Amino acid sequence: MAAPLTLLLLVAVTVRAALYRSSLADLISERVEVVSPLTAWKRVVEGLALLDLGVSPYSGDVFHETPLIIYLFHFLVDYAEITFMLADVITAVALYLSVKDYNKQVFRKQKYALEADRYPLDCLELIRSPKEMQYIPLKVAMFYLLNPFTILSCVAKSTCGLNNAVIALFVLSTIKGNSRTHSSPAEGNSIYPLTLCAAALLYLLQRQYIPVNLRRFSFWWFVAQYAFMYLGSLFVIVGLSFFLLGSWDFLPSVYGFILSVPDLTPNIGLFWYFFAEMFEHFRLFFLCVFQINVFFYTVPLSIKLKEHPVFLIFMQLAVISIFKSYPTVGDIALYMAFLPVWSHLHRFLRNIFLVSCVLLACSALFPVLWHLWIYAGSANSNFYYAITLLFNVAQILLVSDYFYAFLRREHHLSHGLYLKRKDGSEATLVLK
Amino acid sequence: MAAHRCSLSALLLIICSLLVFIVADSEKATLTGDHHATAVDNLQTVTETEEGAAAEEPAVEEERRWEETVVEEATADKEDTSAPETVVQSSVPQPKDDFQEELVIRPLHSGDIYASFQFRTLWETDFMRGNKVSHYRLFPKSLGQVISKFSVRELHISFTQGYWRTMQWGQPFLPSPPGAELWVWFQDSVTDVDGTWKELTNVLSGIFCASLNFIDSTNTVQPSASFKPLGIGNVTDHRFLRYATLPREIVCTENLTPWKKLLPCGSKAGLAVLLKSEKLFHSSFHSQAVHIRPVCQDWQCKTTSWELRQTLNVVFDLHTPGQGKLEWSLFKMFSRTLTEACPLASSSKIYIDITDDPQGEQFEVSPATHLLSQAMVLGDRRTFSVYDLTQQITFGTVRSLNLLIRWKSSEGDMLRPLLHAERYVAGYGLQTGEIHTLMYNNHPYRSFPVLLLDSVPWYLRLYIHTLTVTSKGKDNKPSYIHYQPSKDRVRPHLLEMLVQLPPNSVTEVTVQFERALLKWTEYTPDPNHGFYVGSSVISSLVPSIVAMDTNSTREQPLFSSFFPCKEESSYFMRVYTEPLLVNLPTPDFSMPYNVICLTCTVVAVGYGSLYNLLTRSFQIEEPSPGLAKRIANIIRKMRGVPPL
Repeated sequence: MAAPLTLLLLVAVTVRAALYRSSLADLISERVEVVSPLTAWKRVVEGLALLDLGVSPYSGDVFHETPLIIYLFHFLVDYAEITFMLADVITAVALYLSVKDYNKQVFRKQKYALEADRYPLDCLELIRSPKEMQYIPLKVAMFYLLNPFTILSCVAKSTCGLNNAVIALFVLSTIKGNSRTHSSPAEGNSIYPLTLCAAALLYLLQRQYIPVNLRRFSFWWFVAQYAFMYLGSLFVIVGLSFFLLGSWDFLPSVYGFILSVPDLTPNIGLFWYFFAEMFEHFRLFFLCVFQINVFFYTVPLSIKLKEHPVFLIFMQLAVISIFKSYPTVGDIALYMAFLPVWSHLHRFLRNIFLVSCVLLACSALFPVLWHLWIYAGSANSNFYYAITLLFNVAQILLVSDYFYAFLRREHHLSHGLYLKRKDGSEATLVLK
Repeated sequence: MAAHRCSLSALLLIICSLLVFIVADSEKATLTGDHHATAVDNLQTVTETEEGAAAEEPAVEEERRWEETVVEEATADKEDTSAPETVVQSSVPQPKDDFQEELVIRPLHSGDIYASFQFRTLWETDFMRGNKVSHYRLFPKSLGQVISKFSVRELHISFTQGYWRTMQWGQPFLPSPPGAELWVWFQDSVTDVDGTWKELTNVLSGIFCASLNFIDSTNTVQPSASFKPLGIGNVTDHRFLRYATLPREIVCTENLTPWKKLLPCGSKAGLAVLLKSEKLFHSSFHSQAVHIRPVCQDWQCKTTSWELRQTLNVVFDLHTPGQGKLEWSLFKMFSRTLTEACPLASSSKIYIDITDDPQGEQFEVSPATHLLSQAMVLGDRRTFSVYDLTQQITFGTVRSLNLLIRWKSSEGDMLRPLLHAERYVAGYGLQTGEIHTLMYNNHPYRSFPVLLLDSVPWYLRLYIHTLTVTSKGKDNKPSYIHYQPSKDRVRPHLLEMLVQLPPNSVTEVTVQFERALLKWTEYTPDPNHGFYVGSSVISSLVPSIVAMDTNSTREQPLFSSFFPCKEESSYFMRVYTEPLLVNLPTPDFSMPYNVICLTCTVVAVGYGSLYNLLTRSFQIEEPSPGLAKRIANIIRKMRGVPPL
């Protein structure tokens, strides 16, 4: 399996290196779909320039990365292209390894269930074979590395790639099960991945065979341990940032910036136009509603999917990338990399064709309508806004479709595939 | 950083030493000027003797000498030197306050006429010493109260309509940017400078009927080097300085009327009768300003007095093509003639710049005057005809003075200004752009440093790493950069740098910016008109034209002219570039409700679909019984019979 992966990595690096050398690189790095105020490379360079001038990068409103990023690039600014390619490679390898491990566990669990005769008899066609699962990790790596979204993001040197690498490493360390050493996803310049800790906790509990039972002491003990480790690593990272910078200026400039959305530069998300057009006295209210919306799904999803933490991670990543304040295509690429893992759900997907068509059409229309609005002046902001709406609806449908398919397969695995009504005729499943 | 600080202090040192030189120089120039004037005097004496008016001679001579002193001093002031005031009149017991008015008229090479009014009120008082100043004579009470209430040390405010075309018109006596400009030095006793500044702008807004209340933290900066105090005082801590411009401000009659009311004579008498708004605003350029600063009362500078200088500069476009003869008169420009000086004024004069035409070849002035005066103005030696309005003889038999200039030929080349600048926005589309500032050094062999100040609003996000400074195709690294990045909706970008301009070159400063999308309420009522960015300010010590002139050395004794005459070599100059008009991307203003509804719908779709899947479970769909059967079942249930 190592040979195809190496080949894939080589192809991916070649494509990126070729694009870096082409004239497209400058064009791509200006695209609002690819870079947001939070992740733009131009702003990292600006931060470094400010540091050189002896001005704190956080005294202005251009730089919003964490101090760790600025000190990283203080040394690596000349090797930025290699760094970003490396970040993509790390993400892909981490995802590859974690999916491989996850598939092993899935297969083992399925074997136990089969031996215990827990599946209904007509569900045999839902059982996954090792043959079809063999290429899934490679497909995941390929989905990430050769996804045009990832390539664009990497060529634009969006720091979203670094974030993705951190999240991928977090997933890997979770799946490998070493709760003691796993890195905190807050290391990235975003606070949304904090919600992933619920999924990680569930996964670790499952791995240690500790049932999720609120009355059991062992459960609470483990939660306390985990919370301590998690908050500890978070504290270490924030403290490290403080000592690197010598002031707390970065907190409002990084996290306040994410939460209060002052920069209304258009992007593929829902925030920019909504808050550009918002009535001033409702701004705070809607800001709270929209931000809570991202974190809100964590608890019900964790309850519903407590047996399937990896799917929960996928759902969380998707929800974050749809509802976060400054989304870019790099965020979408990360959760899309997980799609091959759920390839066994395809028979239950309802509107995958429609959704993929819409996503493709929107991706093509983004630059077109942007050009019409900003450069040609023949369209206005509503055109671009309409496309962002459609794009987000398509993403929502995609995610909820996968969620539906997942739940339905689980239902079939416990109730049988061919369900009958009371009167013996073929039944249809509905949500009630 | 240390290097920057060093260079800054070096610059300050240079400015200080030049100051001393210029002060010394003004003495010398006075002497030589006197000499020259005596020569002219002798000439005139001959003519006057011929006319048989010898009795007037001593008075005229005395007048002339006096004239020299005043002009020298005024020029020195303009050159940002804060030269100590010379004693105005020693014999007369000095009143505590003093008012002077003057009008300078300069025919410009473009055929336009530049008229510059200056009204100066000096008052030996102290607003700061706790004791309330309650008795006002010449000094306007409204401004006096402003000074004492807000602990203002220096206040400079200007309202300008139109842009001064340096390349066609040369240098103005007092430069000002289009729109409104306000800069204030506060006393170092002020603790809450920002709060005081806010209150002060609101008060001034009321006094001058201008939109100065739109000055807030988003367009106020604290320049570190470009704006130094012009009066006495050596506190240069820029924490007490506030500078703001409103490039969009339209200046009109409602600003002129309160400005005129500050004059002791109002617009009733003196030069101010000429200030009729219907003519003043029918011009190519109009600028009115108020400058308040503390100045020394005497050489020892034991007592200080407050100087209020009200200036009004206007350029009339009298050139009508196709019309054969060119002429202008006071009446033609202002639709008024002068009949008297302001009775409260200790001096009231009109100067006409005849430097370009000493022999009367290009134009003739009538009524002719016998008073001449020479002055160093902006590094150039200029000759003026003087009309003293306090002398009854000036008005002649008709008891009204209507100066008239008739052009005879329109030849002559204007010396290109040594320093001038222009600015524009490059790039297309509404996403990014680039500000280009071009600074021209037209001096043939001297290079000199300039301080460039740029204050850019926050919605044009500057990227300082894209800053390039090139002259003659080579990178020209600024020796000092002070950059303060903007904060969204709080403060603008401030970029100050010290650039050395090589001789005879164009220096181009470029910096890229990104256009922000604003909230819909933050746009102006005409959003597609664009947003104004205030002028850049270029301050410099420019080598003077006199020092450049090689002919002047011929007339001087050889022993005096080996070393270049340093004292005369530089003068202070401030150049404002054009303001910029930049378009920003706009949202659709007509549909806030639609946007709120549509976005919320999408969020609700996400919420709804997830909610559905989270709360419901899969069940087998049982065919629902028909309506009739259901009704029957309800009835049967009421009857207590088992349902069907």
